[in-house]
Amino acid sequence: MTVPVPYRVVAHRVDTPDTATIVLEPADAALPPFAPGQFAMVYAFGVGDIPLSVCDIDGPRLAHTVRTVGAVSGALHDVRIGRTVGVRGPFGTGWELSEAEGRDLVVVAGGIGLAPLRPLVLAALATPERYRRLNVLIGGRTPDDLLYCGEPWQAAAGVRVTVDRAGPAWTGEVGLVTTLIDRADFEPPRTAAFICGPEPMIRATAADLVHRGVDPDRIRVSLERTMHCGTGHCGHCQLGPLLLCRDGPVVGWTRAEPLLMVREL
Amino acid sequence: MTGCERDSADAVIDKDGMDALITILAARGRTVVGPTVRDGAIILAEISGGAELPYGWGVELEAGRYRLVARDDGAAFAHSAGPQSWKTFLHPPRVREWSADRDADGTIVVTADDTPVPAYAFLGVRPCDLRAIAVQDRVLTGGRYGDSAYRRRRDGAFLVAVECTEPGATCFCVSMETGPAVGPGYDLALTEVLDGDGHRFLVRAGSGEGAAVLAELPSRAADSATRSAARDRVAEAADRMGRTMPLVDLRTLMRETLDAERWNDVTSRCLTCGNCTMVCPTCFCTTVEDVTDLTGDHAERWRHWESCFDRDFTHVPTGPVRDSPRSRYRQWATHKLGTWYDQFGSSGCVGCGRCIVWCPVGIDITEEAHALNRERGRSTAQEAG
Amino acid sequence: MSVVRHGFLGALAPGHRDRLLTFAREACFPAETRVFEEAGAADRFWLIRSGLVALDIHVPGRRAAVVETLGEGDLLGWSWMFEPYRWHLGARCHAAVTAYEFDAEPVRLACAEDPAFGLAVTRCVAEVIARRLKATRTRLLDLYGFPGGGTP
Ligand SMILES: Cc1cc2nc3c(=O)[nH]c(=O)nc-3n(C[C@H](O)[C@H](O)[C@H](O)COP(=O)(O)OP(=O)(O)OC[C@H]3O[C@@H](n4cnc5c(N)ncnc54)[C@H](O)[C@@H]3O)c2cc1C
Ligand code: SF4
Ligand code: SF4
Repeated sequence: MTVPVPYRVVAHRVDTPDTATIVLEPADAALPPFAPGQFAMVYAFGVGDIPLSVCDIDGPRLAHTVRTVGAVSGALHDVRIGRTVGVRGPFGTGWELSEAEGRDLVVVAGGIGLAPLRPLVLAALATPERYRRLNVLIGGRTPDDLLYCGEPWQAAAGVRVTVDRAGPAWTGEVGLVTTLIDRADFEPPRTAAFICGPEPMIRATAADLVHRGVDPDRIRVSLERTMHCGTGHCGHCQLGPLLLCRDGPVVGWTRAEPLLMVREL
Repeated sequence: MTGCERDSADAVIDKDGMDALITILAARGRTVVGPTVRDGAIILAEISGGAELPYGWGVELEAGRYRLVARDDGAAFAHSAGPQSWKTFLHPPRVREWSADRDADGTIVVTADDTPVPAYAFLGVRPCDLRAIAVQDRVLTGGRYGDSAYRRRRDGAFLVAVECTEPGATCFCVSMETGPAVGPGYDLALTEVLDGDGHRFLVRAGSGEGAAVLAELPSRAADSATRSAARDRVAEAADRMGRTMPLVDLRTLMRETLDAERWNDVTSRCLTCGNCTMVCPTCFCTTVEDVTDLTGDHAERWRHWESCFDRDFTHVPTGPVRDSPRSRYRQWATHKLGTWYDQFGSSGCVGCGRCIVWCPVGIDITEEAHALNRERGRSTAQEAG
Repeated sequence: MSVVRHGFLGALAPGHRDRLLTFAREACFPAETRVFEEAGAADRFWLIRSGLVALDIHVPGRRAAVVETLGEGDLLGWSWMFEPYRWHLGARCHAAVTAYEFDAEPVRLACAEDPAFGLAVTRCVAEVIARRLKATRTRLLDLYGFPGGGTP
């Protein structure tokens, strides 16, 4: 059991019709540093706490992109600047970018799945000499649902974006995010891939990369299950042998694939 | 103290000694909890004297059935697992984890719950349950984060184990290697002996505090007749287990039968009531509840037991991950017997048989394991043929 | 001619690939060109070498809705392979596009005459169709949509 530490909301930005990013600063002492891919349990006063990935790590400051889907995410989405929320963490495994040194990087994000990948891309951009080519492939539902549009790192990383559905104003690509893999620039045997999004998208993307010759041991995916404690005690986040709050959310594809293939595991 | 010289490793006490044990533990500021007869069952409750122990009572157990039976021999510990286990005290059904207060400018202050907890002494911890406590220790305090609610209760607890001499029809501790002889982790261990030489208990200390308590007890030196009688009764109990598990690696069996037909069979009977998880001494899952008072500025975080048989247990915004009853029974059984090893390095089942007794439709985890093993055998045979 | 590294051609064995390329000519389309129209005669196909092509469906009263975009290495058009040889979507160049252009008739003839070559080309086209079908079905799930459907 861990107790929430007060953090003050210092910025709030509306990203899409149902998603906002909140920036948090410790009210007193900060939590230990977060790594890209890790998550926090963020508490909305009196409503509850939910797992949220860190989408930005700036000293003691944390940022979370929250999509409204229920009570707690709704409360955090609507939180006002100056208010205090509770934060526990850091929890779970990170992307472990350092393991990918010297490789081509393929980062594939679907929907809100871009949030945990954002700090990974920023870290890769900060040390370009350590990696070969960086490919960031983003899939969204519609152009209105795309996150972090116009942020400088998107141009720096040369992101490729595709949407499932588009209106006439959209001049970008339309199609499933896996189609972007065709246009990405990487040498499969020398590639490390990082995937986050809805589970069917993760499965399709990882399968496609493996088909092209990417080593399954070099593919890492981030998975979502119910989580109440973050500390491995509530039992909700089990995926067969894994406790995803502890052994995940970032899991190697070799480990994840056979588990995801068992229905309702 | 009788004052006679004796081997410090073990001693013998009689029924008065048992009374004294309860008194001494209470005098040391402990809340003594032990088995006692109430409402037609042997339950675990606070006791203040030896007279409250179930002398002369045993139980008859079967799948879906529990019955109290009178015994002529007057034994105190000739019963096996009842409806509760020690987790009720160490990992209570409902605890407040923390409270939060919000002041006028919206700042919140969170305070961890520090309601004092009793220093327990558990009298009559069966070997399987002693192992179950060790299993929960690993789950709740053995990882990177300790569960402080559990740790506070556990650290203060004094465990008096009692070896099993009268296993029930639903017991299978031999298969799970947890009994009927006591394993490590006790402060005091007792073996009840009833023969021509009288009703007595062989006592051993397993900790410093255990030795100190033993030293205060009115006891006599252990004699070889009592020692061998104790040993024999425990050895005989091992031969009288009501149930067994198949003699295979259960962890592999679970991993290899995730698609078995048998899961459909068991779920055609299972009501997904979750009784098995509530009575199981190792099941630890909880959910949380956030409450606020009328001012809206005081909030509390409570957690309570939850069962993996609840459909909402795996609720994610798109719906439950384990929607079908089949997937939920399979989760429970494969966790107990299989994936627990991956997560916490041991079996999650200690063979106490509670889940068999308290299942309203008499589903028997040992029978299910045997059936899965047979089905696996058949399909391997088919592949080979 | 420089050869496209991956995509459709990459899936063909070198012998068949060279054979197919003997039917190719280079083509360029300025941005906004409509390469073909829904229901038009499917008498050619292309392998995109650079640029993006949007496939669209005409919806009365709306601007054409883009259902998929194709890019470098992708096969543009497969209706030429199956009767009635009519396009079932329209295609518009997003930006300037360079491509290998093939007349359908001689390729179909070559496929009929040389079953090994025919099978190889048909399999590649079928694989493209299968992948697009899979992707389309996945998109039908509206994975990123609001849980339970619709927008909040
Ligand atoms: C590791 C991880 C990282 C994540 N990162 C992000 C992120 O960066 N951004 C983001 O927007 N989302 C993220 N999510 C998803 C986010 O946690 C969920 O959308 C959020 O938990 C939904 O909570 P809610 O209260 O708003 O919705 P609800 O659907 O109301 O659920 C809240 C939680 O309460 C429980 N619950 C709800 N209803 C019931 C019920 N009837 N019975 C029992 N339990 C119930 C469930 O455990 C549920 O998770 C992440 C999830 C995980 C696991
Ligand atoms: S699974 Fe059943 S037999 Fe095993 S420890 Fe739990 S209640 Fe006892
Ligand atoms: S196995 Fe028995 S006790 Fe467990 S959920 Fe099913 S019916 Fe209830």
